[in-house]
Amino acid sequence: MARRISPTYKISMTVIAWAVAFVIFFPILWMILTSFKTELEAFSTPPKFLFFEWTTENYTLVQERSDYVRYAMNSVILAGGATLLGLIIAIPAAWAMAFFPTKRTKDVLLWMLSTKMMPAVGVLVPIYLLFRTLGLLDTHIGLIVVLGLANLPIVIWMLFTYFKEIPKDILEAARMDGASSWKEVVFVLAPMAVPGIASTILLNVILAWNEAFWTLNLTTINSAPLTAFIASYSSPEGLFWAKLSAASTLAIAPILVLGWFSQRQLVRGLTFGAVK
Amino acid sequence: MGKIELQGVEKSFGKVDVIQDVNLTIADGSFVVFVGPSGCGKSTLLRLIAGLEDTTGGKILIDGTDVVDTPPAKRGLSMVFQSYALYPHMSVRKNIGFGLRMAGAPKAEIDRKVEAAASILNLTQYLDRRPGQLSGGQRQRVAIGRAIVREPKAFLFDEPLSNLDAALRVQMRLEIAKLQDSLGTTAIYVTHDQVEAMTMADSIVVLNAGRIEQVGSPLELYNHPANLFVAGFIGSPKMNLIGGAPAAAFGAATIGIRPEHLHVAGDGGTWRGKVTVAEHVGSDTFLYVHVEGAGEITVRAPGEVGLEPDDMVGLTPEEGRIHRFDSEGKALAS
Repeated sequence: MARRISPTYKISMTVIAWAVAFVIFFPILWMILTSFKTELEAFSTPPKFLFFEWTTENYTLVQERSDYVRYAMNSVILAGGATLLGLIIAIPAAWAMAFFPTKRTKDVLLWMLSTKMMPAVGVLVPIYLLFRTLGLLDTHIGLIVVLGLANLPIVIWMLFTYFKEIPKDILEAARMDGASSWKEVVFVLAPMAVPGIASTILLNVILAWNEAFWTLNLTTINSAPLTAFIASYSSPEGLFWAKLSAASTLAIAPILVLGWFSQRQLVRGLTFGAVK
Repeated sequence: MGKIELQGVEKSFGKVDVIQDVNLTIADGSFVVFVGPSGCGKSTLLRLIAGLEDTTGGKILIDGTDVVDTPPAKRGLSMVFQSYALYPHMSVRKNIGFGLRMAGAPKAEIDRKVEAAASILNLTQYLDRRPGQLSGGQRQRVAIGRAIVREPKAFLFDEPLSNLDAALRVQMRLEIAKLQDSLGTTAIYVTHDQVEAMTMADSIVVLNAGRIEQVGSPLELYNHPANLFVAGFIGSPKMNLIGGAPAAAFGAATIGIRPEHLHVAGDGGTWRGKVTVAEHVGSDTFLYVHVEGAGEITVRAPGEVGLEPDDMVGLTPEEGRIHRFDSEGKALAS
């Protein structure tokens, strides 16, 4: 029997939901507002919410001081490359674990996830030294490998969950139909898992785009992405809140737009396996 | 050609022996049904033949060649799954043609063969639909189309009708039997439904706990069950199995008599008992009769019989229809 929901309950839940959403969104809103203030108004007390002198000078200054497009291109290359690398490794790995599980498969999955529990700073020095020796500091390829591998456990987990939902019979039918393992993955598994793979790509792009620890520590100029671009505004001469906000707004804009257009995929991807 | 021989085939999952020393020869062109209760290993045996599971021991010969180490695709067999296992993202046309495409057949040949298979199975008008837009029966036909289009050495059917409703099941049963007959291809069919087994098979293999209990034609199994298990499994309603004094009177540890081989009379009879339940289904009447010393006995009387619970009746077994078994459950020569 369907549960009856009273109008009062519905209204109050809607109000609470909007309030929570507003609280979560507020820092981003504040950042966007600050980016349109002058430096003086940016840290005035009491803070001005909407009634201040709107200006776009921060954006002009930020663009003059640093080359936004180059940083953004680096972000695209790193996020795209890390995602691609992750998928190339994760699809076969998740396929094997979902359809040919052994006694140790669960342990392997948990072990992979446990590597995410370790603070990244713990391996900074060895990785830095490795990068220095191999000449990978401030290169695209070096960062793509680090970001790709850092997110790999999550990518494998997500794909594993999706693949588990695909009936084994269908893959066996493909095998009986003469498909090699490779063709089985390409012609049957991947097309059936498109929604899952899409959500995984999306999440991985967002994670790689926002990754700041490795990008700040392993890049200087050549492969520095938007996270480094933002960080460059917290300088020793002091914090320039308005400019920092303008830079941050510019940095998150592409990913925000991407997230906005694909929010359905994203929600589906993140709740997959949880909702039955 | 499609002669399949199993020689000492064994399969265990960890410490559990699922298939134990199975020896069987399946003649080219025959329709063989594996039947048995759930968990008896019949599906596993089929998957071993298909190559979807690896054997633990023994040989599987297809046309004289051991295929134990051959991958499924190279064995030249087609399989129809219980769940149909159609590719949901492909049209019916692509589903049926997938095997040919994987084999690298030219497009014109794929088209021609898919059209031919579709016309045999009345699927021509659905060729451009996706499996999700088809009914259960149509999906099953697509699965069969996918199997026949490759012109395999043998078809393997894994409980293909169990997802269909009763009426459709009877219809598809007939269609599969006709199709196999017209193509003349060897077929191995797994089912737990003994009516399916009896109606479709040239030869039935009864499996129990990973072993073959008996192999024979449907009527051989019905008339001459080799042991108690087969006697109880083949036939519906189940054969009455009676031990104790009534059996001893026939010089056996257990005797079996099928419900349809018992005659009911108001007076006299070999055994007398009281009707506990009477099921009137029109064509037959099923009587459950409690006989002192023999337990509950099921009787299938043809047509409508005017008996009700608590009526006393006499039961007389038909001449020569009593099956005798020794203390180990093996059939004794009659």
